[in-house]
Amino acid sequence: MELAFYIAGAVAVISTILMLTRMNVVHALLYLIVSFLAVAVDFYVLGAPFVAALEVIVYAGAIMVLFVFVGMMFNLGQHAVKMERQWLSPGIWSAPALLAAVLLIEVVYLAKGSTGAIGASVIQPKEVALVLFGPYMIGIELASMLLLAGMVGAYHIGSRQAEKPEIQHDADTHERRADTSGDLVLAGAHQPSRTP
Amino acid sequence: MFSLGLTSLLVRRNLLFVLMSLEVMLNAAGLAFVVAGSRWHQADGQVVFLFILAMAAAEVAVGLALVVQIYRHFQSLDVDGLDEMRG
Repeated sequence: MELAFYIAGAVAVISTILMLTRMNVVHALLYLIVSFLAVAVDFYVLGAPFVAALEVIVYAGAIMVLFVFVGMMFNLGQHAVKMERQWLSPGIWSAPALLAAVLLIEVVYLAKGSTGAIGASVIQPKEVALVLFGPYMIGIELASMLLLAGMVGAYHIGSRQAEKPEIQHDADTHERRADTSGDLVLAGAHQPSRTP
Repeated sequence: MFSLGLTSLLVRRNLLFVLMSLEVMLNAAGLAFVVAGSRWHQADGQVVFLFILAMAAAEVAVGLALVVQIYRHFQSLDVDGLDEMRG
């Protein structure tokens, strides 16, 4: 059981090192996903199955989908088709697949063995929930407010793309600068906002 | 793993890699919390990991929106090129 923990930890560290040394974003994301999966296996071995499931769902699922979409957005160019054909070459995905295969073998072995965790016994999700909604209730409220603020902030930052360059453009033209008497702060401020 | 993330944060000059190394550092901190909670058999470590998870999700959403905006303005993701706000 301790051997499983160390194998998963080694996979996590190796995939993180390989992630840092990649030049391509998508290749690095492959290694990062393997690293998160290895950490999830570590959590399971440590006796935290609820946290392991959340790690796979939120980190390797939601956050990685965001990264993959943004990384793909930046790579759209004239040589996108050539790059995509290059990504499918076996030299690229063989190393993350090898590391993930090590993790898969380990998970199958753990599921067949059905033994306990390292050291102390397994902390069930019920205990986590009892502590979470007992003394940590204020933390729950703060986390929900943080998520709401993050959502609103991300929407606000992401939806300003058409407005900002036009204001700068108005400030650069000489006529607009004349009727605001050279005040660059007010230049373009009275313009009707154009719908993107 | 925390030191790995910190090293890559200092070394890499691509904004996406900076965000990814932030994720690695948060993940390492959460792993430390869960290991400590498992060692003393307390559920508090997992609770703190849930908070770290929520914070990482919010941070990544805002950070990626900022990265998209920066890429549209500057057409590059080089951190060293973004110092034109310097006085």
